[in-house]
Amino acid sequence: MRNLWTIAKKEFESFFHSAIAYVIGVVIFLSLGIYFYILLSYGVRYQSYVPEITLLLDWILFPLFFISVPVLTMRTISDENRTGTLEIIMTAPVKDWELIVGKWLGTYLFFLSILALSWIYPFVLNLMVDPGIDQTMLIAAYFGVSLVTAAMTAIGIFVSSIFKNPIPALLATLGLMILFWIISAPANYTSGFVSKLLDYLSMTGHYYSSFYRGIIDLKDAIYYITLTIFALFLGTRVIEARRWK
Amino acid sequence: MINAIGLTKYYGLNCAVDNLSFNAKKGEILGFLGPNGAGKTTTMRILTGYMPPTSGQVTIGGYDVIDQSLEVRRLVGYLPESVPLYADMRVKEYLKFMSKLRKLENIDILINEILDEVGMKDRADSYIEKLSKGMRQRVGLAQALIHKPEVLILDEPTIGLDPVQIIEVRKLIQQIGKERTVLLSTHILSEAQQICDRVMIINRGRLVAEDTPEHLQKRLSGSRKVYIRVVDNPTKALSLIRNLPALETASLNEKNQIEFENPVDKDLRATVAKTLVSADIGLIEMQIEKANLEDVFLQLTQSDNSNASIGNEYALHDNNSELESQENYLKSLDNSKEN
Repeated sequence: MRNLWTIAKKEFESFFHSAIAYVIGVVIFLSLGIYFYILLSYGVRYQSYVPEITLLLDWILFPLFFISVPVLTMRTISDENRTGTLEIIMTAPVKDWELIVGKWLGTYLFFLSILALSWIYPFVLNLMVDPGIDQTMLIAAYFGVSLVTAAMTAIGIFVSSIFKNPIPALLATLGLMILFWIISAPANYTSGFVSKLLDYLSMTGHYYSSFYRGIIDLKDAIYYITLTIFALFLGTRVIEARRWK
Repeated sequence: MINAIGLTKYYGLNCAVDNLSFNAKKGEILGFLGPNGAGKTTTMRILTGYMPPTSGQVTIGGYDVIDQSLEVRRLVGYLPESVPLYADMRVKEYLKFMSKLRKLENIDILINEILDEVGMKDRADSYIEKLSKGMRQRVGLAQALIHKPEVLILDEPTIGLDPVQIIEVRKLIQQIGKERTVLLSTHILSEAQQICDRVMIINRGRLVAEDTPEHLQKRLSGSRKVYIRVVDNPTKALSLIRNLPALETASLNEKNQIEFENPVDKDLRATVAKTLVSADIGLIEMQIEKANLEDVFLQLTQSDNSNASIGNEYALHDNNSELESQENYLKSLDNSKEN
């Protein structure tokens, strides 16, 4: 168990050595800041308008994460594979799942830090607006984004374990996420079980139907948790399979 | 300590390791000598638990590498040929990371000790990407040694190093080898000769020969040339030599030396010397072509009947003490030349 934390900590710290991570951080906070400014200006001009803070989440944070997660996860395992450090880890007394889950945890914690830092905007808004913003909606929305991020990160790590090169990992992860995003579209044209299945699989569907509206629905949470666990499981299998080649 | 029976590994249809069996005792330095692609790295990867063999069995310290892989990995320190390290970490950080993975105690003390041992103490805070190849190798070695493993597996440990660094690494290996079992691979023949207690020559996945470097040198099938220089009257010397049995083919070469083929089963040098001296010919130099591991290596790896030759060669050259003493003399000559 300790190995899990050792690997997670190392992975988390490695983001602070990575130029890409800093670029992404700057882009996210810059965008959030600009959008926040626009919201506030709008609110100032039209006194009746209360800026909805969840807009920040939907229009800025969520889409940016959609892109950032593949970008930051693409090199997690593929880099180790390419440089040969995977061979060292796999010949050390570390279990395969400890490696995958550790990598995932370290990466996820990095994204959670960004999410945590972005709280500053609702916090400031709360101080400025009378009687304060709708906090339950905010909490539900953040909770939802955290869950979606967990799942996306897990998928990213799984895909990274398949490739030696980060670029195909990036594209494949993006592709998978787009797939999960639009997968419910054909649901309108099919019926019965298939329709329900497609509907269920949509990653964004589970977010917008509940968390977005301020509801924390257990079944949606379970969807994301299951997806996370399943992706990590597949990732572990890929690492194992590497041994048996 | 290491016991391998019938190791075989196929990559698809390609056989990388073919029925390899060997063992290594505690405190022994065993060398894998072979050309590139012989299967050395694959064998090491099997031993370290990176991949399983297609068939065959290996135990290290009594633990099976497949069924008890984690225990084996705890016992083994491994350094792959490419010396993979995390470029964005500092040396100390990296060693700390590896120590934690191995669940070691008193990590800071251990790190200081090992850095001292590999001579990297003054670079403990440097980023790994800023280090030279030799230094990275030493960090890699530190990683392989920090948990004081009973078995050390090194894949081409001196490749790419400069002569000074090579000597240092070899010294380090010899020191380590006193208490632990070391398995190293190389295609540098003199290295195998210098460091290893025993050498296994591997070619195309098969064990071609296994013995001490000294014995392997003796196992050259075929005769060796002897060169003789006389002060005066080389033609008379030549005819005298030609009269000796088995030396009818002696000849005079361009350097004005008499050369003949010393037969495989009998060393005729003393006889020749006595013959010449008793005929009052001034014998000033007698030199035998030095048989070294390179010749053995080339012969054995180029022969097609690799399996058959092992037994025969043992039969031919086991009890030749005269050859051995001359061998030692020539070796000492060589050592002084290198110094």
